[in-house]
Amino acid sequence: MPLETIIAGVMISALILYALLGGADYGGGVWDLFAFGKRAPAQRALIAQAIGPVWEANHVWLILVIVVLFTAFPPAFAAISIALHIPLTLLLIGIVLRGTTFTFRAHDAQRDDVQRRWSLLFSIASIITPVLLGIVLGAIASGTIRVENGVVVSDFLKSWLAPFPFAVGFFALSLFAFLAAVYLTVEASQPELQEDFRMRALIAGFAVGILALIVFLLAGTGAPTVRAGISRSWWALALHLGTAVVAVGAFYTLWIRKYRVARLCAAAQVTLILLGWAFAQFPYLVEPDITIYSAAASHATLRLLVIALAVGVLVLFPSYYYLFRIFKSEVSAAPPSASQKLS
Amino acid sequence: MNDLLAARSQMAMSLAFHIVFAAIGIAMPLLMIIAEWQWLRTKDEVYLALAKRWAKGTAILFAVGAVSGTVLSFELGLLWPGFMRYAGAIIGMPFSLEGFAFFTEAIFLGVYLYGWNRVPPRAHLFAGAMVAISGALSGIFVVIANAWMNTPTGFHVVDGRPVDIDPLAAMMNPAAFAQTLHMTLAAYAATGFVVAGIHAFMLRRDANNRFHKAALAIALTVGGTAAILQPLSGDLLAKMVAKNLPVKLAALEGQFATEKGAPLRIGGIPDEGAGVTRYAIQIPYGLSILAYNDPHATVKGLNDFPATERPPVAIVHVSFQIMVACGLAMMLVAAWAAWRYWRARRKKSETWLSSKWFLRALVLAAPLGFIAIETGWVVTEVGRQPWIIYGVMKTAEAVTPVPGLVVPFIAFTFLYIFLAAITVWLLLRQVAASPQAFGSDGQEVRLAA
Repeated sequence: MPLETIIAGVMISALILYALLGGADYGGGVWDLFAFGKRAPAQRALIAQAIGPVWEANHVWLILVIVVLFTAFPPAFAAISIALHIPLTLLLIGIVLRGTTFTFRAHDAQRDDVQRRWSLLFSIASIITPVLLGIVLGAIASGTIRVENGVVVSDFLKSWLAPFPFAVGFFALSLFAFLAAVYLTVEASQPELQEDFRMRALIAGFAVGILALIVFLLAGTGAPTVRAGISRSWWALALHLGTAVVAVGAFYTLWIRKYRVARLCAAAQVTLILLGWAFAQFPYLVEPDITIYSAAASHATLRLLVIALAVGVLVLFPSYYYLFRIFKSEVSAAPPSASQKLS
Repeated sequence: MNDLLAARSQMAMSLAFHIVFAAIGIAMPLLMIIAEWQWLRTKDEVYLALAKRWAKGTAILFAVGAVSGTVLSFELGLLWPGFMRYAGAIIGMPFSLEGFAFFTEAIFLGVYLYGWNRVPPRAHLFAGAMVAISGALSGIFVVIANAWMNTPTGFHVVDGRPVDIDPLAAMMNPAAFAQTLHMTLAAYAATGFVVAGIHAFMLRRDANNRFHKAALAIALTVGGTAAILQPLSGDLLAKMVAKNLPVKLAALEGQFATEKGAPLRIGGIPDEGAGVTRYAIQIPYGLSILAYNDPHATVKGLNDFPATERPPVAIVHVSFQIMVACGLAMMLVAAWAAWRYWRARRKKSETWLSSKWFLRALVLAAPLGFIAIETGWVVTEVGRQPWIIYGVMKTAEAVTPVPGLVVPFIAFTFLYIFLAAITVWLLLRQVAASPQAFGSDGQEVRLAA
């Protein structure tokens, strides 16, 4: 397999992991905004407990995507950064506000009004950031970023200020909210809280279905090449079938309260959606002018990067497993005692 | 403000903001694990309380550092796409390695901050050590990339494009060792002095508080050791600059005329129009000795470089003077502390922290390390201008064609002012309470009651 393909595979894997892990952290912020009823404080506490120890590690998947992109495919990074300067800048502001307000909330006075203010900022940032992330990915897939002789010639607004990227943005938001709600049904220790998040997961899952349809329809004119890929390729039928099976599986298992299976199905659903996009766009990084081959760095760089990634993963995965075993295993599912809370 | 200036301002502001959190992120974990290790060794609860208190502050600072670092990794492309298109393949490697170091740091910080009651004490200390090591490695990898911008190696230029790229040779560039050593020591020195200064301030009000005494001792041991070693690494770096970046050496010394047996100028204001540095105290032969170990060595002056390849001299020279002054002051305070400690030990008394003047000096020295870090980076970055890659690519060639860059510059400036204000406010709230007594779990009894 060519090195370019291996590295592109690493990038899409890192992006999938970012969606499954970091995405769910954003989804947690969505449900923080929609916490209501007499269990609202308990819902918020569960969300904070679920995100707290892991969000910074989960966030690094995005950094990994970026550094691998600019190491292995520098012209693609440059072109995307120029063409999507505005949504990427807004995305950064969202990332900064999400992370800092979450931390500030944990360490500021525990008075209700202070906490409410930080919560509001945190949840708004958690909603806007995934939308912007989706807009960026949608614009990259849309074929509207044009590059001639290494110079971006497309408009700084038109490539992303369009229905298709925005539809992808809201689709990403619905997926993240769906993932978060499903995960929280497993992580909640009280049945009432599980029911709260089961309900939210079903609603979000429904929204995912509607938005998926809208994205698919808009892709007809908004991202014709990718749309052709996911409708006509040899793997398209298998992909659609697989996605349909896990999507229905997620609904069914949520319905019958088999939350662990539901979590697996939801994660598989998001994975298949991103894989479908990646296959449809392959080998384009920025469709239609930049491929992984035309943008690839020298062979020496790619080879060294693959070695570094392989060694890095050997350190990373055991550490990650350790983190999740400590904070996400059943033994630790009980709410933390007062002394364990940071603030 | 034109777009190039706006882009440079945004990058400078982002770096100046992030470096504070990055330096603290490198050094604070070391202070925390020393305190925790002391607790495991002595079972003295004061050390556990200290580790927990420092961990709380670090949690806030690390979060701000993580997101402001993310901003920088995107800004490389958002502001300097020309640079990244050219250099990504050459210096992407240290950034990729930094990615993994950052992963390790974030994972074990999660374990450290939230795992006090979930993992055994030794595993907890191990997590802290992993944070300290990976934090230092993160910083080293990023500074290696910056060092390459000063002394680019690992490629050849053919028809304006880099070929024969060797990312490992790029990482081993001539500036890499001296620059990473200097910055890593700076992180420990600056953080150690700030923490020592804060606890010295508290001790002046509450002279017998063991908590602050323990904190001060640890912070000053780390910060003071680094401060005493720092001039040596500075000398190494200056000799590297003299050899590889002669125009930068001339700018930071305010040396306009080429001179045999050049003097070392202390202070002074360079007048670029007249081509002289005025009001400086001159030490004969000083610069020739420091740069080349030879009193009669010739130092090439700014006048012998084309005007289009000179950095702004005044800001570089003045920043360099401030950095050196701060560094020397910190070294003297560290030496004073070592002497007081040694004398107190010989007399078998615990009085080394009893002097009002000594505590006052520590309070005054608290911000010096960070002033030195900020001015030091001004020297490094402004002193490399007009190049983004020294001798290879001008900064103006690297900037993005996107118009209206003043808008994101202003937006990020306001965002960072807001974050800085909240961070300081939250940390002050935590520092304000002086703990007096400690429960068996290191919780502060007064706060728990």
